[in-house]
Order: sequence, then C-alpha cells, then structure tokens
Amino acid sequence: MHMADALLSPPVATTLWVASGATLGWCSRRIRSDPREHLIPLMGVLGAFVFAAQMINFSIPATGSSGHIGGGLLLSILLGGPAAFIVIASVLTVQALLFADGGLLALGANIFNLGFFPCFVAYPLVYRPLLGLGGATPSRSRVLTVTILSAVVGLQLGALGVVVETKLSGITSLPWATFLALMLPIHLAIGIVEGLATAVVIAFIGKARPDLVDARAETAASQRAGSPTRVIASVAILAALTAGVLSWFASSHPDGLEWSISRITGKGEVDEGASAAHQVLAEMQRQVALLPDYKPASGDEKTSPGNTGEASEGEAAWPAVDAGTSLAGVLGAAVTLFLVTAIGYLLRPRRGRTPPRT
Amino acid sequence: MSGIEALLRGIDATDALSSQDTWLARRDPRALILTTLAFLVVVVSFPRHEVAALLPLALYPVVLARLGRIPLPMVGSRVLLALPFVLMVGLFNPLFDTSPRAELLGQSISGGWLSFASIMVRAALAVAAATVLFATAGMPRICAGLNRMGVPAVLTTQLLLLQRYSLVLAGELGRMNLARELRSAERGDMSLAVYGPVLGNLLLRAVERAERIHQAMLSRGFSGSLPIPQGNGWRGAETLFVVFCGAAFLAIRATDLPMLLGRALLAIAR
Repeated sequence: MHMADALLSPPVATTLWVASGATLGWCSRRIRSDPREHLIPLMGVLGAFVFAAQMINFSIPATGSSGHIGGGLLLSILLGGPAAFIVIASVLTVQALLFADGGLLALGANIFNLGFFPCFVAYPLVYRPLLGLGGATPSRSRVLTVTILSAVVGLQLGALGVVVETKLSGITSLPWATFLALMLPIHLAIGIVEGLATAVVIAFIGKARPDLVDARAETAASQRAGSPTRVIASVAILAALTAGVLSWFASSHPDGLEWSISRITGKGEVDEGASAAHQVLAEMQRQVALLPDYKPASGDEKTSPGNTGEASEGEAAWPAVDAGTSLAGVLGAAVTLFLVTAIGYLLRPRRGRTPPRT
Repeated sequence: MSGIEALLRGIDATDALSSQDTWLARRDPRALILTTLAFLVVVVSFPRHEVAALLPLALYPVVLARLGRIPLPMVGSRVLLALPFVLMVGLFNPLFDTSPRAELLGQSISGGWLSFASIMVRAALAVAAATVLFATAGMPRICAGLNRMGVPAVLTTQLLLLQRYSLVLAGELGRMNLARELRSAERGDMSLAVYGPVLGNLLLRAVERAERIHQAMLSRGFSGSLPIPQGNGWRGAETLFVVFCGAAFLAIRATDLPMLLGRALLAIAR
C-alpha cells in the first residue's frame, strides 16, 4: 500500500506531510512526558521487530497464497497510539530510504495512511472499546474477532486514503468507482490476514508475558488526557486548512487551471472579493470531477471564443495534434538521455586518483 | 530467507558507501536534504502528460552519484526494484484515457500512454534521488541534518535505533527460521499455528533485548537521545550548492529543453 512519489501532486503531498508532521510533533511531546522507563529503546527494538517480521510469511489457510504482518495494530496494542505512530513513521522512512519502497515526497501520505488510521482510529476507537479492557478478561474468540475487525477498519481507511489522495492528485485516469472496487476488496482480504497474524502473536505474548499486553493497556488508559478524538479533530482541521490554502496558491499556477478560470470568467458574474474563494471551489470541483482534463476542457475550448489566445501555449495546444511537435519531442528526449549518459560517463571516477574505500 | 540476507547486504553496502570521504559527503546534510526535496517537488509539479521535458532532471541523480562516488548500477537496480508497484497503477491509464494526444510517424499516441510514460519517468527520478541521498549521507548524518532542521529527537533516535536493530533482529529471525526448517519437514511459508509462536518468541527476545539495551545505554550516560555526528556546519559551499541546484531545477521546469533541442535538430536537418 506504499504510495510512490509519481502518484501524487505537490499540494496533496504537502498537505499530508503537514498532517503527518503535526501528528508526529504531538506524539513526540507525549512521549517525552511518558512515564514508561525504557520506552525509547523498546520502540526502537519493536520497530526493528516489525521490519524483520515483514520478511517472514505464513501460508493463508484454504488458499494458495501467503501473507505477512503489517504491524500497525500490533504496535498500537503494545505501545499505545502515539509511540506506535512514531515507530511506524520511522519504519516507513527507513523503507523509503533503504528500499525505495514508497517515495520521500509520498512519505507524509504513507505515514498518514499506514500510521494514523491504525494508531488513532482502529486501536482507540475500535479495538479498546470493543474489548472493554480493565474489566473481565475477554474470551479468545472475542479477542480474535475484535483484532480482525480493527485491522480491517485500519486497512480499509488506509486504502480509501490511497484512492482519495491519488484521485485528488489527478495523476491516474482510473475512475473513482473502478479504483475503489480494485482497492477495497484487496485490502479487506489483507486486513483479515493482518488481524489473524496480529491475534496469534498477541495470544502468544499474552500467555508468555501477560504484563506486556496488560501493562500497555493500563498506561494507555491513563493516557486518556489527550483523547484520540481531539487529535483526529485537530489534524482534520489542519489538513483542511492546508488543503484550502494550497489549492488557492495552486490556482495561480498556470497549467490545468485555465478551465476553472475560464468557467468563472465565462459566467461573468464574479466580483473581485469572491473570486479567490470561488477559484478554490472551482479548483476542488475540477479535481473531484471524473476525468478532469478531458471532455469539459475540450468542450469549453470549442464554445468559448476567449480561449483562442491560450491555445498557443503549452497544455492548451493539444486538440490540434501536431506530428512535428511530437517528433521534435522524441528527438529531443533521445538527445537529452544521450547527454545525461555522456555526462555520467565523463564524471566517472578515475582509477588511481582516489582509492575508493569500500 | 533471501530477504533477510538482501537486507543485511543492502545495509552493509550503504554503510560502506556513506562512509566515503567525498566533497559531497563533507557538505552539511541539510543542503542535500533540501535539494532532494526541491528536486522531488519539481518532478511531481510537471503536467501529467509531460515526458520529454522531465528527462533533463536525470542529471541531478547522475551528477550527484558521481560526486558522491555511488556506483550507478546500484542506483539503477534500486530504480528497477521500485518500479513494479508504480507500473501496476500506471498501467490503467492507457485503458481509460484513449484520446489521441500526440502523433509520431503517422501513429497517434493516446494521452493514457503519455501519462503512463510520465509516471514511470517520475518514479525512476524520485527513487534515484532518494537512493543517492541515502547512499551519500547515510542514516546518522541524515538524522543530524533532520535534527538541526527541527525534527524532534525522539523521531531521529527511532530512525537510528531502527537501522541498527533491524540488522540484529533480522539475523535472529533468520537463525530461528533456519532452526525451524531443519527440525521440521516444512519448507518456505509456515502455518499460522507456527507463525504465532515464532514471531511471539522473536518479540519476547526483542523486548528483553530492549531492556538490556536500556541498561547499557543508561550506564553510558543516555539521556533520551543518541549522540549525533557534528559536521562542519553550513558554509558558503552549502549555500552555493543549494542555490545552484535550485536554479537548475527552475530552469528545467520553466523551459522544455528536449523540445528546443529536437526543434533545432529538425531545423538543421531540413
């Protein structure tokens, strides 16, 4: 479920960076005041545990395939939401840097999708209330059901996040419905597997060292002061604000915006004061629309005479397909690649001049 | 357990690379982090059907890899490893976007294929830049830079601990799995009934290890964050580097160099 940089637009990527960054800042303040003594090394080692655990597979009963643990829910159960969020963020960062698994720009989105939902939604709002920690010990089958349900909730929300972020970025041509129909069922299956894996590991730990699981629940309960709903609310407000401000800035950006601007001016009823907000709304509408770049744009360009001036530059030139332009582009691309290769070759390390220390 | 061996080899290789003493490695890590982020923003800011105009950006990872003495085949293999996921998402574009958008030698090309090619080029550029950043600066110096940029020490400490202990725990899990394979007829994936105890055991060992590590760290004066290497600090060279890279990115973003080149070549040919 790791998103790549190529699937995100700058405003969406930045919005999610801000959301994840704010959550990280909040979490690290919480952790500094955490009473648990060896929390920092425990977090480090559990992060490494998740990292290693993802390399070992188990066979999924009744199917030919295999699965592994994602770890978000497991970490939340063992560490509580804030500490688990930081561990997940660091695991994703190392994966991005070391394995190029999800990009750096998309890291904010990945931390949000894979960290925020399990740590601050699935664990505190599904897992804990349904298990009723603090009361009587819940039965094994109940633990199993609740764990699977929590994992499914976390992963479905994460998959939904991926779809919404990719569509808002306007990179993919997949329609909403198809994209959702692809992502949600797959992640339902992954969620069930994740829940199973988490449940068997928690069951083992609960038998061997019950203090680990129960103690976490107690400290988690004592951390009620900063309730997860407050975090969710503040992050949501922050994200909405950033998205609004950023899409406002994006409105002054030349490409892809002509349509919304021409629509506004075409109606001829825009007063100066309302135009900025109007542009934001039009921009959002444009981004939310199915296949944003196509039918409406070409329709508008044919009907409105005011657009002829724009047709000469960049993006707007495409209705008149020009073979010469394409040929020049391909030729130029080939020459550019050749030049880059040549520069790389010229800059190669000379033997003898500097002994490489590897 | 080829995955674990690959992890160990990968970490060893990048450790060795990032300990090289090159001009680039001596720069303040903040400079490299800033230019990498600026590069990524420029890469994704291109319109969705742009392919050729993105290509000059490939200069950045290539030149930096040379300056930092990072072998280009290693960067290339990382790029190849990362592409399949992007391929899966991008592959749908040609199916859903069939409007003709370009024409080459009498053959019309749909917008879907163009945006697909664009996604692949963007992904390759982004992965290459991230790989070069990690291989030249290495985790300790990246964390030092992040710290000085205001990232909380709790997070950078996590990153450093994670990189160190993932080696230890991956090795431990590899040995446990080998032991299991030798003692049972099972090969490859284990059943869920075995998976729980195996991972549970690893988790217990990890927790006990964390307690021992904490004792050891306390006895060496640990006070909440790890010591981080101090570099030379931000100097003129860093400013120059960031300004130069930024200007180059903006120039590439503002002009379509391959198109100009192609037009010039065609004009000469006629």
